[in-house]
Amino acid sequence: MNQIEHYLIKQISIFSENRPGRLAAIAQAMQEERINILAFSIAEADGFGVVRALVDHSERAYHKLTDMGFMVSFTDVIAVRMRDEPGGLYEIARILGDANINIEYAYAYTGKDAAVLILRVNNARDAIATLLKRNVTLMESSFFK
Amino acid sequence: MFWNRKMETLKGDELTRLQLKRLSWTIAQASKVPFYRKRLNNAGITPSDVRSIDDIGKLPFTVKGDLREGYPFGFFSVPLNRVIRIHTTSGTTGKPTVVGYTRRDLENWSELIARNMTMIGLKEGDVFQNMVNYGLFTGGLGFHYGAEKIGLTVIPSATGNTKRQIEMINDFGVTSIHCTPSYALHIAEVAEEIGVELPTLKFGIFGAEAWSEAMRRELERRLKLTAFDSYGLSEMYGPGVAFECPEGDGLHIWHDMYLVEIIDPATGERLGEGESGEMVITPLVKEAMPLIRYRTGDITKLMADGCACGRGQKIGRITGRSDDMLVIRGINVFPSQIEHVLRSLPEVGEQFMVYIDRIKYLDEMTIEVEMKKEYFHGELEDLSKIQHRITDALKDVLGLRTNVRLVEPGSLPRFEGKARRVIDRRESKL
Ligand SMILES: [Zn+2]
Repeated sequence: MNQIEHYLIKQISIFSENRPGRLAAIAQAMQEERINILAFSIAEADGFGVVRALVDHSERAYHKLTDMGFMVSFTDVIAVRMRDEPGGLYEIARILGDANINIEYAYAYTGKDAAVLILRVNNARDAIATLLKRNVTLMESSFFK
Repeated sequence: MFWNRKMETLKGDELTRLQLKRLSWTIAQASKVPFYRKRLNNAGITPSDVRSIDDIGKLPFTVKGDLREGYPFGFFSVPLNRVIRIHTTSGTTGKPTVVGYTRRDLENWSELIARNMTMIGLKEGDVFQNMVNYGLFTGGLGFHYGAEKIGLTVIPSATGNTKRQIEMINDFGVTSIHCTPSYALHIAEVAEEIGVELPTLKFGIFGAEAWSEAMRRELERRLKLTAFDSYGLSEMYGPGVAFECPEGDGLHIWHDMYLVEIIDPATGERLGEGESGEMVITPLVKEAMPLIRYRTGDITKLMADGCACGRGQKIGRITGRSDDMLVIRGINVFPSQIEHVLRSLPEVGEQFMVYIDRIKYLDEMTIEVEMKKEYFHGELEDLSKIQHRITDALKDVLGLRTNVRLVEPGSLPRFEGKARRVIDRRESKL
């Protein structure tokens, strides 16, 4: 059980209006705090969006952005090391699909020595257990620190 | 042309006697309503204290907010089984203002519309397209029955589908239309876009929102018709209360059915002829829902007697509001209604802003709201759901589609003192 917790990664999700300069404000704040943004994606709706970021110091990022007035929330995601060959993504999607786990969104992290897929699923703990059982390589949260 | 020459041209003592008789009747009728019984008691006034038209000044005003206390049927002075129609209009909070009509009320109302339409020259053989909302809004059914009364061929086309409206005008040989002035401009624009002319049109009746002389020139030039201003409010039956005659200088307010005063909105003091102020109306024949000195919130003035057409009292065209009521696509909206809706939603923060724009001649209302931080869990989908919930709740209460924008907490202006939450960016409110 404890092992599963190691693989839960805290993404920070930031509410942002779709207007110029918002992303820059977030990035600048991270730079000031010497926080490294490892991966990010933006989801947009009608007039607003959610910036999702994986950073090396998520608590500090949370506090900095909250102090700036941003609406911020932590979201559990998992990080899957991709096999560098055709069908790698399909395999992971199939394993989770067979286990009735829904992928809500995904984005890529290109690390020094690995291609990693960041996944937001409806049940992170079940997804971790299922993927580990199928010998898929997951990155521990410490990997991003 | 006259529909009811005797009433329309009644003058002098004969008119005053009729008005006084009807005023006494109205006060007696209002006394059946607990709200008025209490009001008149407190003011120490009995119907017999009103011996002249001027004595009306002794009576207390009724404001829109008062009607809220009676929701839904508390202002009816007859049993519900005598009320044969109900309409609603905007209230100042979450509940609408309910208005009721006896059979005689509906006859009076049709009579008014019949006078108005006959006055501008409409008669049997004319084809009339009624392009306003049917249903709870009084503009649809009000004009519908009045137009049928004088024998027009009525097309109850209601609102929406502008291309279809244009097609019907041409296919059915429509000579007269009724809609909001901004919708009429929209029709002109769409007709120009698709390269269609509307040669059968002669009369345009425009109401539900105030409009300017510049708008009149624009409408008359582009639609090649004569434009007439129609004034009314649901509390006074609906449209038809006052109407422009072909002289085109002011609106005749039907003197046998409405007593009109102009007051200083700040002091309540009565103003004289030609002075601009808030219009106060006392209906003289309203049976189901009599009202006493009802403050309309509309700014206008009394005009001098002696219209060339021979009819009586005229008021100037409406130039504004004494309160913060907005008219959006012909629908009345009170900022307090918006506030009421937002306050009832737990996810929405304290602050909000309302922006009104006119895009392609149609009014658009945008409402910016801040979400409460504790309701943010990082998911876009949750935010979209909240946005839709707000839009739906506003639609339910305002009867209007709005654009709801979720903005970052803390980004909306905070006000010390009087909040200015409404920014009307329409170039001309008229
Ligand atoms: Zn006249």
